[in-house]
Amino acid sequence: MSAPLLACRHLAVSISGKQVVRELNLSLLPDQRLAILGRNGVGKTTLLHTLAGLRAPDAGEIKLAGDSYATLGARCAARLRGLLPQHQGDAFAASVLETVLIGRHPHVSRWDWESETDVQLARAALADVGLANLARRSIQTLSGGERQRVALATLLVQQPRLYLLDEPLAHLDLNHQIAMLELIGQRTRADHAALAMVLHDVNLAARFSDRVLLLYGEGEHELGDSADLLDAGRLTRLYGHPLRVLLDGERRWFVPEIQA
Amino acid sequence: MNRRRAFLVLALLAVIAALSLLLSLAVGSIALTPGEVWLALFSADVDAGMANEVVRNLRLPRALAAFACGGLLALAGALMQVLLRNPLADPYVLGISGGAAVGALAAMLLGVSASFGLEAAAFVGALTAMWLVFGLARGDGSWTQTRLLLTGVIVAAGCGAAVALMLSLAPEQQLRGMLFWLMGDAGEATAPLPPLLILAAGLLVAMFFARELNLLTHGPLLAATLGANVARLRLILYFLASLLTATAVTSVGSVGFVGLIVPHLVRLALGNDQRLLLPAATLAGAALLTLADTLARSVVAPQQLPVGVLTALLGVPVFLFLLARTPKQASRGDMP
Repeated sequence: MSAPLLACRHLAVSISGKQVVRELNLSLLPDQRLAILGRNGVGKTTLLHTLAGLRAPDAGEIKLAGDSYATLGARCAARLRGLLPQHQGDAFAASVLETVLIGRHPHVSRWDWESETDVQLARAALADVGLANLARRSIQTLSGGERQRVALATLLVQQPRLYLLDEPLAHLDLNHQIAMLELIGQRTRADHAALAMVLHDVNLAARFSDRVLLLYGEGEHELGDSADLLDAGRLTRLYGHPLRVLLDGERRWFVPEIQA
Repeated sequence: MNRRRAFLVLALLAVIAALSLLLSLAVGSIALTPGEVWLALFSADVDAGMANEVVRNLRLPRALAAFACGGLLALAGALMQVLLRNPLADPYVLGISGGAAVGALAAMLLGVSASFGLEAAAFVGALTAMWLVFGLARGDGSWTQTRLLLTGVIVAAGCGAAVALMLSLAPEQQLRGMLFWLMGDAGEATAPLPPLLILAAGLLVAMFFARELNLLTHGPLLAATLGANVARLRLILYFLASLLTATAVTSVGSVGFVGLIVPHLVRLALGNDQRLLLPAATLAGAALLTLADTLARSVVAPQQLPVGVLTALLGVPVFLFLLARTPKQASRGDMP
């Protein structure tokens, strides 16, 4: 059995006095995919940033491929885990290709420039997200969905072992939502990587993850296999809105009750 | 943009910068040909006469000071724009020049007239403003660019008030010197070596972090994810840009617009890769201020104009034109 890519023990995370999780024990093995679900403002992003080593937890330890973030250092950690941020903060114009290439930063030594191989990787990643023909465009002229796909391409060329995705489907059309999840699924399977993602769509979470972490607020959480944990009762409690299950053969679909 | 193309662009800019220096040495009350400048500079013959004296002792220190300070201001401006993540930031936005002006004017009021004394006072003033802004912006430990910008703008406003107060209290015969200092004037600059050395060292440090600065332009979160130590990077940026600005302002006064226009122009022409932008802006800024200073002392000779007035007169229309042409980029600049 291989070592976990991400392991945390007795983790406690809070933000501005609000508890996000308490006593979280989580380990993600290669090929495992975790979906993090919860209401707005429950601290999903805060938790993801903590797992990414970008903010310190209140208590507990986090290990990335067996080492703590402090031991690894920022650069080493950047070769092991990648984060797709919820927002892109572009202050200046840059071409799409340049923006994808910055994902190679942890792999290129300080005084070096990106090599031809790096450029090819970036072009391939752009082709994967369906933006090969936009390589020379300025990122400031892109639509929200296109910018989101560029961000994914940047993450792909980073080639991490652990993918942390914060609302990867934001701004995306239905077809691109599915394409993105399928692409991420392929890549993680091919590289034996692990994946943790914050999702809003329960059905996509059920379909594209094998484990789920439900954040109820006040530090309360449940962690388990998607198939076991996702049911109408829990989801109703999670979102504070009644949900119902529809059966389509073997597959379950969760739909919200709507009072007309 | 690859490394080879970047080298070519930089080589071209270096040639332009060298030509601007040459022109600045040739133009003046005694016009010289490039050959004569060369001879005056490099001939071992000590008795080469007037030309030798004029070029080596009068024009060269002033031209080199303008060259160094143009580079310092353009580099500081480019760094400040990354630090504040705002393409409209300039080296003076955080009050460094205001602090230097308060220092220099106070020294003048107290009767200091030696250029060394004034420079020391200006440098101390600039460093004081730098620490004041840093201390206040750090206050509770948060170090956001909004807080930094607000603190800097307020400190700059305070310095402006102090400068106005000193101007209104100053005796008549000192006013002209004070105004010239405020507008920026390379005529008094006599020691070009310190600014040149600080420019070289500053550019080296900036280039060391150039790729991390590229990351920072895409947001602190992404930069941290990709392995940059964002907090440390911001500190280095702040102190480096401040120190470069303080050095320039100490030497030639608050010459306006070089630090704003040059990085902006270079960004429009060459893109936003800091590995090219930083050295290119340095060279372009150096060339621009050298040319502007040459103009300032020759256009209405023997009368001299303050070089800061010229750069502002050139800079304002260029900047307005750029602003009108790229409304999107300018308005996106102040987004978080």
